[in-house]
Amino acid sequence: MPRMTIKPNTQVDYLGILDEAGEIDEDRMPELDDEQLTGFYRAMLRARRFDERLLNLQRQGKLGTFAPVKGQEAAQIGSVAALRDSDWVVPSYRETAALLWRGTPMQGLFTLLAGYNEGGQIADTQNDLPQSIPVGTQPLHAMGIAHGIRYRADDAVVVSYFGDGATSQGDFHEAMNFASVFRSPVVFLCQNNQWAISVPRDRQTRSATLAQKALAYDMPGIQVDGNDVFAVYAATCEAVERARDGGGPTLIECVTYRLEVHTTADDPTRYRDEEEVEKWEKREPLLRLRRYLESLDLLDEEKIEALENDIKQEIEEAWKAASADMEQLTDPGVMFDHLFAQEPPRLTEQREALQKWDAAKQRRRDDEETQ
Amino acid sequence: MAELTMIEALNKALHEAMEADDRVLVLGEDVGVDGGIFRLTQGLIESFGEERVIDTPLAESAIAGMAIGLAIYGLRPVAEMQFSGFSYLAFNQLEAHAARMRWRSQGRFSAPMVVRMPYGAGVRALEHHSESREAYYAHTPGLKLVVPSGPRNARALLASAIEDPDPVIFFEPKALYRSFREEVPDDPESLALGKARVVREGSDITLIAYGAMLPRTIEAADSLASDGVEAEVIDLMTISPIDDATLEESVRKCGRAIIVHEAPGSFGPAGEIIARLVETSFYHLEAPLRRVTGFDIHVPYFAREQAYLPDADRIVAVARETLDARA
Ligand SMILES: Cc1ncc(C[n+]2csc(CCOP(=O)(O)OP(=O)(O)O)c2C)c(N)n1
Ligand SMILES: [Mg+2]
Repeated sequence: MPRMTIKPNTQVDYLGILDEAGEIDEDRMPELDDEQLTGFYRAMLRARRFDERLLNLQRQGKLGTFAPVKGQEAAQIGSVAALRDSDWVVPSYRETAALLWRGTPMQGLFTLLAGYNEGGQIADTQNDLPQSIPVGTQPLHAMGIAHGIRYRADDAVVVSYFGDGATSQGDFHEAMNFASVFRSPVVFLCQNNQWAISVPRDRQTRSATLAQKALAYDMPGIQVDGNDVFAVYAATCEAVERARDGGGPTLIECVTYRLEVHTTADDPTRYRDEEEVEKWEKREPLLRLRRYLESLDLLDEEKIEALENDIKQEIEEAWKAASADMEQLTDPGVMFDHLFAQEPPRLTEQREALQKWDAAKQRRRDDEETQ
Repeated sequence: MAELTMIEALNKALHEAMEADDRVLVLGEDVGVDGGIFRLTQGLIESFGEERVIDTPLAESAIAGMAIGLAIYGLRPVAEMQFSGFSYLAFNQLEAHAARMRWRSQGRFSAPMVVRMPYGAGVRALEHHSESREAYYAHTPGLKLVVPSGPRNARALLASAIEDPDPVIFFEPKALYRSFREEVPDDPESLALGKARVVREGSDITLIAYGAMLPRTIEAADSLASDGVEAEVIDLMTISPIDDATLEESVRKCGRAIIVHEAPGSFGPAGEIIARLVETSFYHLEAPLRRVTGFDIHVPYFAREQAYLPDADRIVAVARETLDARA
C-alpha cells in the first residue's frame, strides 16, 4: 500500500481594494455609482455616531451593557450592502451597523438597550433575526434558514455574522459542515476583530487564517481587509451570487479590529496595549473611504458637515422619541408576553398574581404617605 | 480576619486551593490575563502561571470535557463557565460524562471537578446573563450542586467542593458578588457539602432560601418579626443533595413553611423540597407548604428584572397567607 501526498484544495485568497491612503485598486474595484459610494460613507458614519451616542448614554447610566461596533463599520456595511431586502441576516450582538442599514429603527435599539424587551420588535418586512448572545450558536440557524430556502426553491440567501472567538465553538463547525454537505445558500461572515474579550486571535486558533477553516469543509474561504468596505462588498457579492446560483456556502474572514471596549463592562487596558490600538486607529475604515471620496470630489468639508448634522438630528430625535416612549412602558406584565403563542393557564395566574402584589404594594405606599 | 466581598472570598479560596495542592488547575474563558470578567480569578495567573491558570479558546463544551479528562487523570480542575446561561453548551459533557464516569467505570475512574458559574438576576445584565436554571443540574444524578449565600460560606464551600471526590456544580449568586462584605477568617475554612444552616431561629414558620434570595428572605423575616411572628430561616447552601434532616426538623417544629427561589417555580427545587416534606412530615403540617419563586418565564430585560424577582414583600404576603391558613 502506498503512502503519498494527496492535494486537497488549500488555497485561500486575500482581498484588499482600498488602502489606508484612500487609493483603490482599479482592477478589483466593484461597480458602484456615486450614490452608492456616498451611501456607504453615510451608513458607516451613521453607525459610528450612533455607537458613540450609545456609549455616552450608557456611561450616564441611561442604557445597559452593550457591545460597541467602532472599527467594524466597513465589515458590516460592506457585507450587508451586498444583500437584497428579501435576504436574511443572522446577527450576533455587535451588528449595530448592519442592522441600521437593514432598517432597524434607532428608537428600537435605544429601547432595547435601556432594558425593555419591546425594543426587540422586528418589522414584518425585515428578514433579520434578533441579536444572538450565546457565541457561535447562531450560524446553525442561518444554515437551517438557508436549507429552507433551498427546499422552497426561493432565491434568497442568508448571511450569518459572528466573531473570531466564535470559530472555536463546535456549533460553528457543525454549521459549516452541514451547509457544505447540503450546499446551503449561506455566507458565513466572520468579523475577526482580533480579540474575544481578553483572548487574542492567536490564542483562539493556531491556524494562520480563519478563512482556511472553510477548506476542511471543501467550501470557498476568503480573507479580506475588513476595514476596506470595497473589498468586503466585492467578496460578499461574489459569495452571495454563488449561493444564489446554487453554488453553496462561503466563509469570509474580515480582518478588522475592535477599537472600543468589548462591552461597556470590559476594561481592555488589562490585556492589550494602547500601541496596538493606535496602530489600528490608522487603519480604521471611515477615514480611508473619506479620502477616496474626497479625491473623487464626492465629499468635502461642507458635505460632511451636512451629513453629520443630519445624522445627529436623526439620533437625537430617536432618543427623544425612545425616552418619551419608555415613560409609558410602566407595565411589568409585558414580561409574560410572547413566551407562547397561546398562554397556558398557569402563566395567566402568575400574571394576575403579579398585578395583585403590585396593587398591594402601591396601597401600602399610599398608606405610608398619608400617615 | 479581613472583610471581604464574595468575589474576594472566592478568589481567596482559589488561591488557597492552588497553594495547597498542585493538582488544582483553573480553566475557562478570560480567567487568566484578564483575571475573569468579574475579577474573580484575578492574580491567579501571576501566582501560579499559565500552566495552571488556563485561558482557553471560546468553547464551553471543550472546557467541561477537558476538565473531565484532567480529573480522570488525577488532577483537580476548577472550570469556569462565564455565565450559567452559557453552560448549556457544556451540558452534554456534564450530564453524559462528568455525572457518570464513576458509575460507568464501576469506580475505576471518577471526575472530581468543580464547575463554577455566576447565576441569577439583579445586575442589569443582558439576556442569558440572569437566569437560574439550577434544576437542570440538581435533576442530574451524579452531580452535586452548591450555592453559597455570603463571602464566608462561599469561600468555605468552594474549598470543600474542590476537595470533593465527585463533580460539583458551583452556582455563584452574582447579585451578591459585591453587594456586601463579611469577615472571612485568615486560616483556611471548609463547610461540609450537603448541609443546610439555620440562619435565624424561630418557631412560627420556616422560610427556606438560598443564594441571592437569602438576604431578601431575612428581610422578610425581619418584617414578620416586627409583627411578632418568629420565622426560622434556613439557608440551603447545597441544593443537591438536600439536607433533609435540617429541613424536616424545622418544619416539624413550625408546622408551616415557605420555600423561596428566583428560578421559575415550575419543576424547580421548591417543588422537590415540598414533595419531600409532604412525604416525611405531612402530619406535622398546619398549613399548605408554599413557594415564592420567579415566574415561569425567561428573566425579562433589566428594566423589569426586579418585577420578576421575588422580594421581601412577596415573601411576607405569602407568609401571612400561610400563617392565616387553618386546616
Ligand atoms: C457561549 C458563550 N460563551 C461565552 C460568552 C461570553 N462572551 C460574550 S462575547 C465573548 C467573546 C466573543 O468573541 P468573538 O467571537 O471574537 O466576538 P466579538 O465579541 O469580538 O465580536 C464571550 C466569551 C457568550 N456570550 N456566549
Ligand atoms: Mg472578536
